[in-house]
Amino acid sequence: MSAADDRLDAARNGFTRHRLSWLDALPFLFAVVVYFGANRYLPLGTQVMIQITFALSLDLALGYGGIDSLGHVVFFGMGAYAAGLFAMHVSPDPVLGLAIAACVGALTGLLTGPLVLRTRGLTLVMLTLAVATMVQQLANANAMKPITGGADGLFGYHLSPLLGLFTFDLAGETAYWYSLAVVAFTFFVCKIVVNSPFGLAIRGIRDNPVRMRMLGVHVTSRLVTLYCISGALAAIAGALSAQVTTLVGLDSLAFLLSGNALVMLILGGTGSLYGAIIGATIFVVLSDRAAAIDPFNWLFAIGFLLIFAVRFAPQGIVGLIVDWWRRFEGWRSRA
Amino acid sequence: MLKLAATVVALLVDGVAYGMILFLMSVGLTITLGVMRIANLAHCAFAMVGGYIAFALVSSEHFTLFTALPIAAAATMVLGAALERSVYRWVYTTGQLGQILMTIGLVFVAVAAANLFFGSNLNAIPLPGWMSQTWVYGAIAFSAYRAFIIAASILIAGVLWLILEFTDFGAQLRAAVDNPRMARCVGIDVPWVFSITFAVGCGLAAAAGILGTQIMPLEPWYALEYLVPILMVVAVGGLGSLKGSFYSALVLGLVDTFGRYYVPAAGAFVIYFAVLVLLLWRPQGVFARA
Amino acid sequence: MSEPALSIAGISKNFGGLRVARSISLSLETGARHALIGPNGAGKTTLVNIMSGLLQPSAGTIHLAGADITHVSPERRVALGLARTFQISSLFPTLTVAENVGLAFEARFGLDRKLWGSVRKSASVVDGAAALLHSLGLLDLAGKRVADLPYGQRRLVEIALVLALEPKILLLDEPAAGLAAADRGALLDLLLKLPAALTILVIEHDMSLVFRLAQRITVLVEGAVMTEGTVAEIRADPRVRDVYLGTRTHG
Repeated sequence: MSAADDRLDAARNGFTRHRLSWLDALPFLFAVVVYFGANRYLPLGTQVMIQITFALSLDLALGYGGIDSLGHVVFFGMGAYAAGLFAMHVSPDPVLGLAIAACVGALTGLLTGPLVLRTRGLTLVMLTLAVATMVQQLANANAMKPITGGADGLFGYHLSPLLGLFTFDLAGETAYWYSLAVVAFTFFVCKIVVNSPFGLAIRGIRDNPVRMRMLGVHVTSRLVTLYCISGALAAIAGALSAQVTTLVGLDSLAFLLSGNALVMLILGGTGSLYGAIIGATIFVVLSDRAAAIDPFNWLFAIGFLLIFAVRFAPQGIVGLIVDWWRRFEGWRSRA
Repeated sequence: MLKLAATVVALLVDGVAYGMILFLMSVGLTITLGVMRIANLAHCAFAMVGGYIAFALVSSEHFTLFTALPIAAAATMVLGAALERSVYRWVYTTGQLGQILMTIGLVFVAVAAANLFFGSNLNAIPLPGWMSQTWVYGAIAFSAYRAFIIAASILIAGVLWLILEFTDFGAQLRAAVDNPRMARCVGIDVPWVFSITFAVGCGLAAAAGILGTQIMPLEPWYALEYLVPILMVVAVGGLGSLKGSFYSALVLGLVDTFGRYYVPAAGAFVIYFAVLVLLLWRPQGVFARA
Repeated sequence: MSEPALSIAGISKNFGGLRVARSISLSLETGARHALIGPNGAGKTTLVNIMSGLLQPSAGTIHLAGADITHVSPERRVALGLARTFQISSLFPTLTVAENVGLAFEARFGLDRKLWGSVRKSASVVDGAAALLHSLGLLDLAGKRVADLPYGQRRLVEIALVLALEPKILLLDEPAAGLAAADRGALLDLLLKLPAALTILVIEHDMSLVFRLAQRITVLVEGAVMTEGTVAEIRADPRVRDVYLGTRTHG
């Protein structure tokens, strides 16, 4: 190999890898094991996967793009209502419903993004909150009650068999595999985006938007693109929830969902995608156990977790693992 | 015609009173946001804590609204100071996301605590006899309570303004808002100013929570319920601006009250839409200094 | 005679009552090595911010190769060939050196919009980064995170970053600030080896660097141009010495 090739290798290896590796198959293998080994947990597993999808979408925007959004639930809710209304009035086909929801999510991002993403810092946070609260109030408004069902929400709709073959059974088996497929799709999309030149540019924007402008990049446009993708994925999560539970209520637009997703990300770690998966899994499982016991005291737990995690483990579980790995590598190279 | 006038006056009074409570609750936040520049989303939780402490005192029947107010506000200030010295210090350097997460954590803890001690019903602090009256002038009815709120808020606003404009501490505070690094260089003890400011901000929030329970009743989710309106007031008024906060609270209180009455089909949507438009027009705050 | 590479005329900037820049005019020929010096607070960084588009002037015009860019966005100015460094290194701390420089190449080739494929497989980006880092002797730092680098190396990485844009005009804001003596030597060597066709304006306090790099010097005091001339003229000018030694009283 020539010196020039060596130089190319040196430069290429300077770029961090983000492509799929065999490790990525582990969560899916785990999901398969759960199906065969712990069948009664299928509904819980489905909930976990819905939240993983939502957390992945938020990680894309917040962890990779630095968009501090407290209003991400707006996409989830819009997707949920879109899927519910689609099933009720147009077609009970599930996959088509997901596609429509994704379009609605992307459109919401396209409409609000150029306005909201021009701002930074606390103003951005407040604008995302304002948009989400506004949509929530709109869904509850008297004028919209005929469409959204107001406080009662949407119910009584059914889905046709998935791919024409698999009916949505009461045991939730079809729903489980359906959700798994959606998670796989979402994860795949996130990986593609993160690994692309666009993904690198987004991280540059997160680190230093002024510098990106001074490289000639239109920062707001890139952020809007990211926001649309993230919004579409979050809407898919909401649609999945609407389809699997055949119920859509105002709680699909509640701040609590945004807050929970943030807890999942700080638990697992932002900016790695794996953190979203780990965090969502732990959070949903724990909250399911805790909610059965005492919902309000579960809030105590989340509250304290947030406070202490920010101080002692801001990078989450993934961050701790990476830390230990680095220390291990350091120890190994010295030994 | 007279009926319209009566309605408008009633809406005006309601709107101004609501706006004044919003102002009282947000003035502490705008100053701490402007001075300390940390995203403190737990601000309304302090209002709630103050309200609940006062409620407990008044329920014990040894206190009235007015005797409970200073005690509850002081207790909230102590709590605020203690938290500022501990958990808030942790996030001064973490950047915005850390501050958001930590303060949301505080909110969740506050909500859970409120539910634990007081249950999930709505609670309001009973008013002294004279305040429950309604004064009637012809067709126009005037709630003494609302009048009191408006008067008290204007008084507090005036006192705050005097402190900011004419005292040493006020000058130091304004300097710290304008340019924290420079303020430190000229010998202003910025951490000390922060602590005092934060505590006072919590006290003002508590006062708002205590005085406003008839309009904004206490319940565990109070801390989150009013967070968005308060953030709106602060954002529209401009961070760190006392006057900005006053005017924006007034405007938003009126817009919300009139909006809900005249466009019932849209409900609360009107105010959020208005704020969105205002913030997009002037992101630094509609009433902010240039 | 051809158009100057960059020229500003009558640039003024007021913040309320504070006049930070007062009718500044400056002209850079293609290939110029021009230094901007003056005491702290003279408005040098403000001027560079105005030139690069981060700040709008209150009055005056800016022309790039004859075209009026006074109201053109910063992004567009970069596309037209203007690049700058910052007084405090402005890089991407969580990204590696290769990624930092790679981003500049991405931006230049419009690859920042590309949603598929991998950066590692983008020949234009990797080739460009390899060649540039090698020519600046930074290749063995390629995999290191910028946040883990010492300050001196970060300054050099920032210069690599702007060179990756292949600019026509380079504005350097105190490139030697905060550097130890050895690093300053490396920096000067690097600056002296830059292409002759590249037009450079450098703000600096380090006079030895200025005198060895620059051909012409503009002296800025309290937001206005006090004088401009060749290096020899400025070195001989007693007023310049006064400004730096403080015999002149400030308002």
